[in-house]
Parts: sequence; structure tokens; C-alpha cells
Amino acid sequence: MYADWPLLSLVIWTPIIGGILVLFAGDRDPSGARKIALVVSIATLLLTLPLYTQFNSGTHLMQFVERHEWIAAFNIEYYLGIDGISMPLILLTSFTTVVVIISAWEVIQYRVSQYMAAFLIMEGFMIGTFSALDSILFYIFFEAMLIPMFLVIGIWGGANRIYATIKFFLYTFIGSVLMLVALIYMYTRTGSFAIFDFHHLRLSMTEQVLIFLAFLVAFAVKVPMWPVHTWLPDAHVEAPTGGSVILAAIMLKIGGYGFLRFSLPITPDASAELDWLIITMSLTAVVYIGFVALVQRDMKKLIAYSSIAHMGFVTLGFFIVFRIMDSAHGEQGAALALEGGMVQMVSHGFISGAMFLCVGVMYDRMHSRQIADYGGVANTMPMFAAFMVFFAMANAGLPGTSGFVGEFMVILASFKASFWIAFLAALTLILGAAYTLWMVKRVVYGEIANDNVRALSDINKREFLFLAILALAVLGLGLWPDPLVDVMHATVDNLLNHIANSKL
Amino acid sequence: MTAEFIQPDLMPALPEMVMLGMTCLVLVVDLFLPQEKRGFTLLLTIVTLLLTIGAVVLVAPVTEVSSFGGSFVLDQLAVVLKIVVCAITVVVFVYSRDYLADHSIYKGEYYVLGLFATLGMMVMISAHSFLLVYLGLELLSLSLYSMIAFNRNSLRASESAMKYFVLGAMASGLLLYGISIFYGITGTLDITQLTVAINAESWNHPVALGFALTFIVVGLSFKLGAVPFHMWLPDVYQGAPTSVTLFIGTAPKIAGFAMAIRLLVDGLGDLSVDWSQMLMVLAIASMALGNVVAISQTNFKRMLAYSTISHVGFILLGILSATANGYASAMFYTITYTITSSVAFGVLLVLNRKGFEAENISDLSGLNNSNPWYAALLAIAMFSMAGVPPTVGFYAKLTVLQAVVQVDMVWLAIVAVLFSVIGLFYYLRIIKVMYFDEPIADQTTTIKEALDVKILLSANSLGLVFLGIFPSLLMAYCILAFS
Repeated sequence: MYADWPLLSLVIWTPIIGGILVLFAGDRDPSGARKIALVVSIATLLLTLPLYTQFNSGTHLMQFVERHEWIAAFNIEYYLGIDGISMPLILLTSFTTVVVIISAWEVIQYRVSQYMAAFLIMEGFMIGTFSALDSILFYIFFEAMLIPMFLVIGIWGGANRIYATIKFFLYTFIGSVLMLVALIYMYTRTGSFAIFDFHHLRLSMTEQVLIFLAFLVAFAVKVPMWPVHTWLPDAHVEAPTGGSVILAAIMLKIGGYGFLRFSLPITPDASAELDWLIITMSLTAVVYIGFVALVQRDMKKLIAYSSIAHMGFVTLGFFIVFRIMDSAHGEQGAALALEGGMVQMVSHGFISGAMFLCVGVMYDRMHSRQIADYGGVANTMPMFAAFMVFFAMANAGLPGTSGFVGEFMVILASFKASFWIAFLAALTLILGAAYTLWMVKRVVYGEIANDNVRALSDINKREFLFLAILALAVLGLGLWPDPLVDVMHATVDNLLNHIANSKL
Repeated sequence: MTAEFIQPDLMPALPEMVMLGMTCLVLVVDLFLPQEKRGFTLLLTIVTLLLTIGAVVLVAPVTEVSSFGGSFVLDQLAVVLKIVVCAITVVVFVYSRDYLADHSIYKGEYYVLGLFATLGMMVMISAHSFLLVYLGLELLSLSLYSMIAFNRNSLRASESAMKYFVLGAMASGLLLYGISIFYGITGTLDITQLTVAINAESWNHPVALGFALTFIVVGLSFKLGAVPFHMWLPDVYQGAPTSVTLFIGTAPKIAGFAMAIRLLVDGLGDLSVDWSQMLMVLAIASMALGNVVAISQTNFKRMLAYSTISHVGFILLGILSATANGYASAMFYTITYTITSSVAFGVLLVLNRKGFEAENISDLSGLNNSNPWYAALLAIAMFSMAGVPPTVGFYAKLTVLQAVVQVDMVWLAIVAVLFSVIGLFYYLRIIKVMYFDEPIADQTTTIKEALDVKILLSANSLGLVFLGIFPSLLMAYCILAFS
């Protein structure tokens, strides 16, 4: 019944138009703005569900395709479609937005309509990024989402928000403009901006390396990979809770998605040639940033660094495939690595979002993010403590939670490439446990540290609602990842076939 | 002796004649109007401009037509640019009304001068001989000098008018010098015949041609405000009354673009190898200096002046690629830039009140609190200038970059985008000031807003997003103009 609907367009434009409506509702009626925003976000979530239920996981071809001429002068098309890689991320986006809107319900009192509108419009742009198959359309969504995020951090952020938000915008922008030049260059070769035409464009090694580097700057900043990660801790610390959640849960994923959609298939030879670079950067993120996280005093900063470390797993999984393919039983192991990276992205979306929400819950009561200001929270907020400990365990990669699945798959696959890579990657299981659980120990357990903690009240129904939803997601994906892994099999296999063939 | 007088075809020049006639009418009618009826002069001025647009549409030819012995042409390029110039001027006059009234310069002569300046631009756009180009340029410049000094009581305005006059006269002199050398080599001032003559003569006088070309390019750069001939621009932008800055910052850019096309492309297209190298240096220097110096400005008008310089660099990028595609992209860039900057100055004009001249960046503090709608309109303009999608500024940059990459100058495209990242910083700062800073104390008074200005400004700003999503509507005409 959905076959004839322009479902992807609906999913992209419903939140954007809804956001504009919320904006016009103005600040005269904040509760109305909240309600409209919630209705719009739930409607969008419902609209994305058919993308999963009607999805044909047996094919690698693009589904729900919409293709219309748009800017004839440069052969730019309004070209949408999804495959097994983008579909889970779209669902993650619409799911997270609902959570963010619920979480902001009473917390945000200043310019409510603008806040809600920013998140709805951002949702539309992010879904657009995941479903665009024309590179200029992709780029437009990719850049446009910076505007609402810039405003979210700058208007509702903490004390040092202006520094953080301008840094965030400039970092991301500088990366993406180089990508734009690369896209234009390939356009002059193919005469079209369609991503698939780029996939089949033959490029010499020099061209590939340069294009690969242009993409690398764009996506490495977004992921973010060491050493261009420094904007992330700043942005996370200053952003309001909702902003941190969207940043960690979805925006970072766009970088990972970009590697799969652009870098690997467009420049397979350069990717194979330069995979040492990405692997080194990823392992540095996993190990070095893990140690950096250990010494943080600010909870949000700690989670931000842990995000960088976890995203290191994603990029490791994506780029280790070339080494695995060279070894025996390559195909299977490579698929495991790619799928592991994908699972890690989705899982990290849930877990990091949940962690930031937990910090937000505490921050709303105490107005402090410093670990030292807390202690013994479990005594006054038992229900909250249960959630917090659960998410911390997931963050540390406890088997049975989604955090374990992705990391395990990537480590397992890495063993086929090299023992030492796998060994370094596996260090995260220790480091992750160390920094997360140590933080939990200092914040949640122990004696009640001070009077402020003594005065804390446990989470209310609204807070229980969004934490419980996320806990179910983390647990569900941890116990039974098949529904997620199955939908991407065909796409991942096709991608591996594609990159195994040289474009030289 | 029987000199035969050939009656020229007057139809192509109908818009100019309509405008000249109506301008004289405005001048006379205004003499008999008391101050409180000044609105009628404005109305008549707008009618003049709209009638001129009507005349342009009426005489719009299918193919290029020329008249007055080939020195006046009307082609697609001229039609589009003339319509844009007149339309922008209407917008400028509407935005300026309250500002002029508040600053006691709400006088009929202002509009007459503005109309003469517009006439000069239209002549420049259609000029196909060196003489006519110069005639249009001087008509424009002389009107602008007096408009800048229109507020006799303002010392700063007089100073900047003087500065503009001296430097402008020097630029005109340089341009004339270049023209005279070309005349000496080829014996003609007509651009069509010049092309033929240069083709035949280029081997005989390579040095002289290069020499003359240099002067032409320098003169052009002065008028466009390209580095290192940009000195007048920040001072004039800052010193002139904001309403005049708005005017200078918009329509004359289009005329300047037309002049560059007529002289370099139509006339000296065979020397494109030479001038495209000169323009490359100018473009890089403009983008570098404009973007970097703009960062340290505290005066909004001055910041926009440096931003203009950097945008001129981008326009030059399109021209220097020396392909039809490149010219079309430069044209698109110029038109969309003028639309964007009319929003920026328009919002600044709205913020002006009697006795308060809003011109510093700090005057915009907390605008989102006092007036979220105008803050949003200005934010759109800033994002468009920075080239962030989905505004039209992104698409304009895309077309220019594409033209540059197409002629295998990828490195130039990379230089351009890196400078635009630097530029992004100061545009973001405006948004930061409006959205993140607390309003300053005396800003709490509400803005006096005229409904027509609000509607026009909103349409103007939202048009930037609309054109960003549907750029083909304008791009098609730009491509047509150079096909």
C-alpha cells in the first residue's frame, strides 16, 4: 500500500514544515509549541516505520526511490533512495528526535518554539542527508543541518557556548568545502552529480588519493576522528542536553555514513592504499582518547571523549576490510567488520544519547556537571541510578547490551587482519569499563557527598519514559541484533564486491 | 559635401528614453510639492522605474539588435540586467524612505539623482562602444558622488564623497588612457570593430595591446572594488548615509559586471589569456584581503564593504574562467549578491531611528529578543553571503567553482573555498551578536515598522531561500544571456 507514496519525501519534509509551523506558533504559547512538536515528531516516526516493514532486505538496490529533475543547468537531481546502510540510520534519527523532544518538555523554558523548531528542522535535514543519492542534494542537507545546531548550542548552551558553537561550525564547514570541490571535479568528469555515477567513474591513483583526502577531511571532522576531534568535547559540554544527544546519536553517524557512501565506493584503490592512515587514526582514538576520557572531571566531557573512542571502532571496522580481504576467508570477515561498524553506529546512537540524557537529568537538578559535586546519588535517586548504571554498563560493552555486539564483531574481524590491531582495539573493553564505571562509582555510589545531593528527587514519569524507551532499545539490540544485521547483508556484500574491483 | 544622416533605430533605446523623460518629469513635479507631499515624488519615481521595466520587456528582442551605428546593443544580457537594476532600485528607494525622513534628507533631488544614476547604469549595460561605456559610467559616478554628499551637515559623508570623487576620477582617467591607446592602435572605439581590428593587429603591437589592456583592467578593478584598487570602498560604505550605501552596494555592482563583460569579453575576448591572468591575481587578492580584514571590523557597514570586496573576487573568478559557463555563473553570482546585500542593508535601515544611526555590529545585539523576525531575515542574508545551503549564496558559489574547475584550475577553487571559510567567521559573528548576545539597554524600544517595507524585506530575504531551492528560475536566464 505504500508503494506509490513518496515516503522519503514525506519523512524529510514533514518535520521541516512542522518545524516552521512551530516557529510561527511563536513563544506566546509554549505549551502549544511543545505539543505540535511532539505530534510532528511522532508522526515522522510513524512514517519511517514502513521504511523498515516494507524494506526488501534481499536486494542491494536502492528502494523507495524518488528521482526528479531539479536544477537542469548542472544536471542536479532530486534523487532519493535508501538501502540497508541508510535505512537503520533514518529510523535512529526519527526515534531519537522523539526522545529529545520529550526530554526537553519542562526543561527548556526560554524560547520554546525556536528550540522545538530547530530540532524538527534538523531532523528533516538529517534524514535528507541519509537518503540523498545526488551528491549536491546530500551536500545541501549536510551543510544545512549545521545552521539549527549552531543556533541550538549558541542560544541554549552553557557559559562558553559561543566559542564552542563557532568552533563547531567552522570545523565542519572547512571539512565540507573541500569535499564540495571534489564533487565538482567529479561532475566535470561524469556530467552528473548522482552518487552512483561517481561510483562507476574510473579515476587514476593520484585523483583517487586527492579525492579520498578531501572526503577524509569532511567526514573525519564529522565522526570525529583523532586529531580533528577537538571541537566535539567543547560542543558537547556547552550544548543543551538535546543538542548533545542529537550530536552524539546522529550527527557523528553522518561521518561514518559518508565513508560508506562516498569514500569506499568512489575511491576504493586509494582507500586500500591509505587504510593504514585510517586504522592508525582509529586505534589512536580507541586507545589514546580512552586514556584522555579517564582523567576528565566533567561528566559530559567524559562521555564526549568516550564517543570519540567508540566511533574509532566504527572507522576501524570500515577500513580494516582491505586487510581482511587479503587474508583467507576474506569475504566473510570483511562483511563482519563492516556490519560490526554499522551496528556500533546504531548502538552508540542509543547509548551515548542515553548517557547524555542521564547527565542532563542530574544537571537539571544540580546545575553542575562536575563529577566532584556528586556522590551517593543512588541513595536519593534509586530509580535513576538503576538506569544510569545500566547505560554505563552498555557503554563499557557489557555482553547482552548493544554496546557489546558491535565492538565484538569488529574485534573478531580484526583478528583476521592482524593480531596487534585486534589487541589494541580490544583494549577498549578495559579502558571503556575503566572510565565509565569509575565515573559511575564516583557519582552514583558511596556516601551522600553533600546537602545538594541529599535534596535530590528521583526521576519523574516523563524522565522515566524516555530512559526506559532507550533502555529497551539497548537491551533489545544487545540480545537480538538480527533484525538490524539482516537488513544490511545484501547492501554490505554488494559494497564489498564493488570495492574489491580496482577502478584504475 | 553631403554627409548622409542615417536615422538610427530608436526602439532599442526606448527604456532609456522613457526613463530620461520621466526623470525630467519627476524633477519638475517635485519643485511644486510641499515637503509633506514628498511621498508623491517617491511614488512617481517608482512608477518611472516600473515603466522602464515595462519598456524593457516590450522591446526585448529575440536576438541581439544594435543601433546608433553599433554603439548601442540590446541583447539577452542587457534585458536581464536592466530589469534587475530597475527592480533593485525600486527596492532600494522603498527601504530608504523612512531613513531619509528621519535624517532630514527626504528631498526630491535625491530621487532624481538616483534615477540619473540608474540611467547611467542602463547606458553602461547596453553600451557597445568605449565612448558610450564611459558616458554611462560618468553619469552613474557623478550622480553617486552627489548622493553620498547629500547630507550637507555630515562631515563624514562629505569626506567620503570627496574621497570617492578623487579616486573615481583617477580611475576614470586610467580607463580613458587605456581606451585612448586602443584607439591609437585600432582606430576605432566601437567594440565590434575593435574585436576585428585586434584580431588582425595583435601580432604587430603585442606590447602596446598589453599596456592598454592593463589600464582597462585597472580602471575596471577600481570601479568594482577589487584589491589592490579597493581603498575607496570601505570609507565610502561607512561614510555615506546608509540609504546611499545600500544603493552603492547593489545596482552599480550589476553595472560594473556589465562593463566588465562589454569591455573584456565582447571587446577584448581575444586577449582573454592575458586578462584572465590579471583577474586571477586580483581575485585571489580580493578574496584574501576582503575576508581577512572584515574579521576585525566593528562597523557593520565597513564589514559589509570588505565582504563586498571578497565577493568581487568570486565574481572575477567566474569571469576569468573565460567560458560562457563562467560568465553565466559570474552573472548569477552578481545578481544574487545584490539581492542578498539589499537585505543586509535593508534590515540595518529598519533599525535606524530619528537621532540614532544604527551602523555598528553591537547595534544588532539581541535583535532576536527585540525583533525575531528581522533577526531571522538578516540571518538568512548572512548565511547566504557565507554560502551556506539552502540559501542562494551556496548555489552561486557552486556555479562559480564549477566554472573554475571546468577549466582545470582546481587549485584556484580550493583557494576560493578556503577563503570563504575564513569569511564564514565574520558572518557567523553577526548571527552570534543577534542571537546569543544580550540586548543593549537602549535597544528595547520597538522598531517603527512600515508595513510595505516589512513585506518587501521579507519577500526579499525569503527569496534568497526560494532561489536557493529553485536556482534554475534565474540560472536559465543567465545561461541564455551567454549562449
